Amino acid sequence: MSLPAFAELLERLVFTPGRNAKLALLGAWFAEQPDPDRGIGLAALTEELRFAAAKPSMIRELVMTRTDPELWRMSYDYVGDLAETVALIWQPRAGVNAPPPTLAEITEALEETPKAELPALIAGWLDTLDASGRLALIKLVTGGLRVGVSARLARVALAEWSGQPVEDIEEVWHGVAAPYVPLFRWLDGKAERPDPRDRPIFRPLMLAHPLEDADLAALRPEDWRAEWKWDGIRVQLTAGPGGRKLFSRGGEDISAAFPEIIAAMDFHAVLDGELLVMRQGEVAPFADLQQRLNRKTVTAKMQRDHPTAVRLYDLLFDAHEDLRALPFDARRARLEGWAARVAPARMDLSALIPFDSMDALGTLRDGARAASIEGLMLKRGDAPYVAGRVKGLWWKWKRDPLTVDAVLMYAQRGHGKRSSFYSDYTFGVWREDGELVPIGKAYSGYTDEELLWLDRWIRANTINRFGPVREVERGIVFEVAFDAAQRSTRHKSGVALRFPRIARIRRDKPVEEADRLDTVMALLTDGDGRRKADSSS
Amino acid sequence: MAVMPHPSTWLKVTPAGLYCEPGGFFIDPSRVVDRAVISHGHSDHARPGHAHVLATRETLAIMTARMGEGRAGVTQQALRYGEALTINGVQLWLRPAGHVLGSAQICMDWQGSRAVVSGDYKRHADPTAARFEVEPCDLFVTEATFALPVFRHPSAEGELAKLLRSVALFPERTHVVGCYSLGKCQRLIAMLRQAGWDRPIHLHGAHVAMCAVYEAMGVRLGDLRAATVAKKDALKGAIVLAPPMAVADRWARRLNEPVPAVASGWMRVRQRAKQGGVELPLVISDHADWDELLDTCCAVQAPEVWVTHGREDALIHALSLRGVKGRALHLVGLGEEEEDAAPAEDPVA
Repeated sequence: MSLPAFAELLERLVFTPGRNAKLALLGAWFAEQPDPDRGIGLAALTEELRFAAAKPSMIRELVMTRTDPELWRMSYDYVGDLAETVALIWQPRAGVNAPPPTLAEITEALEETPKAELPALIAGWLDTLDASGRLALIKLVTGGLRVGVSARLARVALAEWSGQPVEDIEEVWHGVAAPYVPLFRWLDGKAERPDPRDRPIFRPLMLAHPLEDADLAALRPEDWRAEWKWDGIRVQLTAGPGGRKLFSRGGEDISAAFPEIIAAMDFHAVLDGELLVMRQGEVAPFADLQQRLNRKTVTAKMQRDHPTAVRLYDLLFDAHEDLRALPFDARRARLEGWAARVAPARMDLSALIPFDSMDALGTLRDGARAASIEGLMLKRGDAPYVAGRVKGLWWKWKRDPLTVDAVLMYAQRGHGKRSSFYSDYTFGVWREDGELVPIGKAYSGYTDEELLWLDRWIRANTINRFGPVREVERGIVFEVAFDAAQRSTRHKSGVALRFPRIARIRRDKPVEEADRLDTVMALLTDGDGRRKADSSS
Repeated sequence: MAVMPHPSTWLKVTPAGLYCEPGGFFIDPSRVVDRAVISHGHSDHARPGHAHVLATRETLAIMTARMGEGRAGVTQQALRYGEALTINGVQLWLRPAGHVLGSAQICMDWQGSRAVVSGDYKRHADPTAARFEVEPCDLFVTEATFALPVFRHPSAEGELAKLLRSVALFPERTHVVGCYSLGKCQRLIAMLRQAGWDRPIHLHGAHVAMCAVYEAMGVRLGDLRAATVAKKDALKGAIVLAPPMAVADRWARRLNEPVPAVASGWMRVRQRAKQGGVELPLVISDHADWDELLDTCCAVQAPEVWVTHGREDALIHALSLRGVKGRALHLVGLGEEEEDAAPAEDPVA
């Protein structure tokens, strides 16, 4: 019965927005399903496993042999999705009483069946399933479940279900392959943790806490090392005889999107660094890097226009030697020695910043103007490299955010717990001609009480509805905090904000006094400068 | 042998709805009339203000509860299933339609010509409604709410099993099931009882009165409680029934991390289900699905089928392939309430 169970899991995942609920659903799947089906299902959900054995056109031809064309047309027109229409309209042949296939049977049969026999094979399966099962099967064989389960979420679900730390799972994740039988044997408590040997695996990153003023007072300068916090994406590079991989902060394998980095990894080591777009040694703003993110492949032109490099922070492994237990200072010395010896292309070191007092460091932080810098990192000289966010070892000391006073224009309901609240806000500023133009969208920063108040206000002051979106009276001014303003062709205003969030509701401020577009344009960080907000508030 | 009059000579489509001319009565009229025969209590079929109303005892009780004393017919006449009555030479009797408590098909015979108006109906089992009976006829008047081959309702027991599995998986959360207040609500309760759920079931205020009517008519629903006054903690792991529009809106905030579910035939189609934030769609309908519509139209052996409302194009096309003549009536006012309307994204608050 495994495909019907898988179909029910898929359906629940598709309709469930809440992360905790998704974790519970996945946990129940791991607990209840046998091997190898639970692993195949897991791989299919994360799209680690993609069949693409059948084309949608084949599925369509199949259903047309059993369906009146006029009824098909009306049905497809109504439902709007090919796979779903087929799943719903499929009329099982009378008298079929074979059991539905398991995921293992499907995997095996798809590999072994000659192409010409695929339609008959798939039709036979469809006859054994109900509508949900048919939809799951069609999605599976045409290669796209799209249920929003990332590999990271899957690992957290494995951790919560098994009680093993997620870091321990991450360390072996990239060393095991679907259907993950050795992994499940370990998580079931029936075997040792699988040994990845030389295969390139992800080691969970060490993370920092935001530094508050209260923490700052307690820091003695001699204990701490400072570096710039570069505004790119945190990556881990791992290379050796077993292969090369580039991992994102969450452990996603992003090697395919950055072939030039992979090509430069001609060494045997594991490194921690920041992936940046660099031109002639200068770091470009984050918007440049954004052009390269979330892509499965990359063109030669993109590599030329937005060339990437890695600024190295740390050395975790030198060949087989695990350095993570060493103090930062010792690792740093090893990193510098390693970099001098190996001198890899497209990589440089993140420099240590000398300072005598925390005050001096604070002055440096406030004076940092480049768009490529988010602030400072403080690392204890004697701290080992530990997974996760351990308090007191690393601090991130971000610059103060920029702010702008903007007018609430549209509101949309949130998801999950917030599905009854208008919690997503689009806000705008005044253009020269007196028109309000949207500059961004935020869905955080307010308190629960403020959310309730805003929700009530929005319902009472709606002037227009576009599906789930409400347009509201111009009546509320938000102080919006953000990290940077960037030029954008996608927005009517020509500007996009990085990390916008609601800092305050300015109930005291009339909407006419909200900021103007040229004030925001003056904050643009195109390369050289970061200008301080100087709004009229 | 006398020539049988064609049904269209004595059953007329008027702006107020179907009118039996020799009998002098309307069926489920959309306007106020002197004499009305009512198939069932949903508000798009049963409207207030008629002078004389004929229906089953249960339908009359439902109408009175919904409309208030005196608004559900100045005079009311109850007719049992199968009991015949002659009005100006028209023989009239009722057969169960299986839709909701008291729902009836209206069967008429005029000079040997027989017409059956089904109202809304279903063939799936329902512990709270008498099972549909086939009445062979010369003209069958059917609904077509779910008349597309993509609508094949799965077993309601299987859908409720999904709900109970979800309750087991999320024991801290409150499952709030959207369902309309007449019929679906009580059917869900009765089926939950059959499935062994003997804990209290909590109700939104809008559902309380109709459950009381069902109980008064002898349908046992077990321990029902008001959801509105219950403490949040008391609703952990509870099942709450509410109008579809309330499940993902402000009303549901009083519940403990609610899992919004909706029980409706429309849940079969994902896009419909995704609207309004449903997390657990349950495909449970009180209307005939595609197979039931076709099977029923064939079983009554009528050479002609009229379609009151819904997806008449698909049904008429499919009937023509089976040699049955179909006609779309486009009756106004039907299908505007209850399950016929998909839940709105955002009810006016």
